[in-house]
Amino acid sequence: MKLTVAGESKDFKDGLTVAELLVEQKVDTPQFVTVSVNDNFVDKENFDSTVLKEGDVVEFMFFMGGGA
Amino acid sequence: MAFTNEQLQRYSRHIILKEVGAKGQKKLLNAKVLIIGAGGLGAPAAMYLGAAGVGTIGIADADEVDLSNLQRQIIHSTPDVGKAKVQSAKETLNAMNPDVEVKTYRQFVAADNILELIRDYDFVLDATDNFPAKFLINDACVIAGKPFSHAGIIRFQGQLMTYVPGQGPCYRCVFKEPPPPEAVPTCKQAGVIGAMGGIIGSLQALEAVKYILGVGDLLTGSLLTFNALKMEFRKVRLPKWDGKCAVCGEHPSITAPVDYAQQACEGVNLGNNA
Repeated sequence: MKLTVAGESKDFKDGLTVAELLVEQKVDTPQFVTVSVNDNFVDKENFDSTVLKEGDVVEFMFFMGGGA
Repeated sequence: MAFTNEQLQRYSRHIILKEVGAKGQKKLLNAKVLIIGAGGLGAPAAMYLGAAGVGTIGIADADEVDLSNLQRQIIHSTPDVGKAKVQSAKETLNAMNPDVEVKTYRQFVAADNILELIRDYDFVLDATDNFPAKFLINDACVIAGKPFSHAGIIRFQGQLMTYVPGQGPCYRCVFKEPPPPEAVPTCKQAGVIGAMGGIIGSLQALEAVKYILGVGDLLTGSLLTFNALKMEFRKVRLPKWDGKCAVCGEHPSITAPVDYAQQACEGVNLGNNA
C-alpha cells in the first residue's frame, strides 16, 4: 500500500501499524514523537493498535527544546 | 505622530512596501514585543525587531554572557562576556535604533511571574532553551489570550509555529507535556550550528512583524521545520484544533501557569532512555 509519510509517498506492507512505521522509519525515541494520521493526532497508547490504510497521510512532530 | 526626516530615511525600505507603508511603520513603532531568552534565537530576533522599529521590546533572561555563547548569539560581543545578557542586548539595540525602548527583565520566567511579564505586550517570542519554559510560555499565552511564536533549534535543525488565540492548535495540543529531563538532548549536550539561531530567530521576528502589520499568513496550524544539512524547509500541517487540549481545550485541566522543572524531576519514569 502507498502511504505519504512526512511528505514522501512510499510503498509499505499492508497492515502496518503506527508503531511498526516508527521502527521502519528509524525514528529516535518513538515514545516522544507526536504522530498524526490524516490530520488527526494518534494517542501514544494507540500507536500499536492503529493500523494504517492505503493513501493515509502520516506526519511526525518532534520535540526540539534548544534555543539559547 | 508624524515621522521625522531621519525616520523617513531609516524606514524607507519598509515604507515603500505596499504591505507596510507609513501606516504599517507606525504600527510597528507603537507595537510591544516581548522576547523571552536573549540567546541563539532571541539575539537575531531582537536585532531585526529593533532595526524594524518595533517601539517597545522587552527582553527577559537571567543569564550572563558566556564566551561559549558568542558562536551564535550575535547581539553580544567579546567585551560583553560576564555582563547580564539583557543589559548587553539593550546596549546593542540602543546603539542600533534610538526609536526603540528596551525593557529588561533579568529573571527566568516562572509560574509566579509569567502572566505579569507578558501582560503589556502585543506578541511574545519563546526564544528559550528548555521545555519547562516552553510549556510555561505556551500555557500563559493561552490563558492570557496572547499570540506568540514558539521555536526550537538543535544541531542542524530548527522549527517554529505560531499560536494566535482561536486560530488553531497551541504548542501543548501538539506536544502534550514536557519530555522527562535528559530524554531529549539540549543544545549544550548536542550542539547547534551558529546560523540556525539566525534563521529560525529571524523567522520568529518576521512572524511578529506580520502579526503586527496584519499581513500574510502566519504559521498558525502548521509547524515549519528546517533541516540545514539537506537545506530543506517543510511546512508540516498540524491537526485542526480538537478541543481536547489540557490548556486550550473545551474543558481545560490547566487554568494557571505551572512550573514544570520540579515536577519533571520528581518521579518521572525515564523508560527506555534511562
